[in-house]
Amino acid sequence: MSAATAVPVRKTASDYDVEKIRADFPILRRKVHGHELVYLDNAATSQKPQSVIDAIVRYYEGENANIHRGVHYLSQIATEEFEAGRKTVQRFVNAADASEIVFTRGTTEAINLVAQTWGRAHVGAGDEVLITAMEHHSNIVPWQMLCEEKGARLRVVPMNDAGELLLDEYERLLGPKTRIVGLAHVSNALGTINPVNRMIAAAHARGIPVLVDGAQAAPHIAVDVQDLDCDFYALSGHKMYGPTGIGVLYGKAALLDAMPPYQGGGDMISSVTFEKTTYNKLPHKFEAGTPDMAGVAGLKAAIEYMNGVGVAKIAAHEHDLLEYATEVVGGLPGVRPIGTAREKASVLSFVLEDVHPHDIGTILDQEGIAVRTGHHCAQPVMERFCIPATVRASFAMYNTREEVDALARGLRKVREVFA
Amino acid sequence: MPELRDLYQEVILEHSRAPRNYKALPAANHKAEGYNPLCGDRFTVYLEMDGDAIRDVSFEGAGCAISKASASMMTQSVKGKSLAEAQHIFEKFHEMVTGHSHEHEAELGKLAVFSGVSEFPMRVKCATLAWHTLQAALEGKQEKISTE
Repeated sequence: MSAATAVPVRKTASDYDVEKIRADFPILRRKVHGHELVYLDNAATSQKPQSVIDAIVRYYEGENANIHRGVHYLSQIATEEFEAGRKTVQRFVNAADASEIVFTRGTTEAINLVAQTWGRAHVGAGDEVLITAMEHHSNIVPWQMLCEEKGARLRVVPMNDAGELLLDEYERLLGPKTRIVGLAHVSNALGTINPVNRMIAAAHARGIPVLVDGAQAAPHIAVDVQDLDCDFYALSGHKMYGPTGIGVLYGKAALLDAMPPYQGGGDMISSVTFEKTTYNKLPHKFEAGTPDMAGVAGLKAAIEYMNGVGVAKIAAHEHDLLEYATEVVGGLPGVRPIGTAREKASVLSFVLEDVHPHDIGTILDQEGIAVRTGHHCAQPVMERFCIPATVRASFAMYNTREEVDALARGLRKVREVFA
Repeated sequence: MPELRDLYQEVILEHSRAPRNYKALPAANHKAEGYNPLCGDRFTVYLEMDGDAIRDVSFEGAGCAISKASASMMTQSVKGKSLAEAQHIFEKFHEMVTGHSHEHEAELGKLAVFSGVSEFPMRVKCATLAWHTLQAALEGKQEKISTE
């Protein structure tokens, strides 16, 4: 009896046509080492639908010109497309105004932007920056650099063995010296969905602003920055079916307005003399230089694609896959899941007794199965669980239960090789 | 297409399960730590040098099957060798696992089981971590060496 039939079958929404979705992603048709590609490394980067690839090609074939500058036709078209992309993002995260959407290279740059502008203006010697034990390096290092420069202290909210933050500890750590909280919406290494609403409210009760790292949340769960009431929200296009090199910083207008600019250059100014420069209005103040216009066209198409499928339906499908994988893979002999929070999205991280994740990764790769093995840019998480690395399978809207079965077969093969 | 069995040869699996010279060396007068930040492999190599000769060598740490087996077989191959001989073996080993030259396989003896690594470029660092660490220990470098 196969693992697939050993588990009670729960159906996802009957109108979710995963085969139709798969047909929209050209890379899923390719083979790897002679096998069908089973792509389970979506938390690292997702694949792109044809509509995103087409949007980038269309931009360069028919619309390319520099934005916000020329009076000529193409510049006008490119500017309109770029600003339409901003509005698409605004609606996607439900920001109050399009001027609160700043385009960046990705989540990493968005967090660095806040640390280097808001942070340098508001964090001083003896102050504290509060982050959590499950942050990605991109939500640790920018704050560490800031704290080092300012003589401030980086404090860390601990978590339990399931990979859930200790909220009592969090409340205790929110003190009179805390200047800002940096918090992952969804953990990339563990899949934990943090109770961000509640945590933001607790910080705000003490007048402390909160930055949410949404890199792993935006592809999987509906994001509403007004409902969250977060002060900053960062996300990456490439993790949500869009191109690499484009990301978003959402910031409340009042905060962004009061912040010094990040980089100086063209487009972020309203007038320049050698004596004095007046900065441009939001969001252009934070977008120095020629931005990634093709990237914005691709990101817009990615959001339109997600909206076409339906973010709630994607979430339900992925939730079903995660539950199925947790049963099928988690039930294999020797497998120990890392990250067993009650609220999880998309990520199944695990170790296999006596076999190093790196060896597992190589053997699975030979079967055409792409998983991530390593510390997932979250070394403190690995230390917390006393392991050097994990195997991480992470799901996207186009994954199937058959692919989970393929992963389980691959892991049995690992056991055979190491028997 | 590369075959898994070319990489995970029985000898390699056996060494990874029961590594030789896997201990600290109380009489060590050289030691170095090696770290591969990509996969978290971490080894300490201990050396007891007698002039230019490697009188004894051992290692400790954690890593994947390839890196552990490579460390184990390295200790066997360089024990009793001179510094120059050990460096010569590493050079030939490096050429083999990076796929630059397989002509020294006979000379490498048992270490030739690692020739399959050249078909798996992502694993070259696993096979060479202990060797880089040995080199650091031989050169008396105190700082932790990293494959990145």
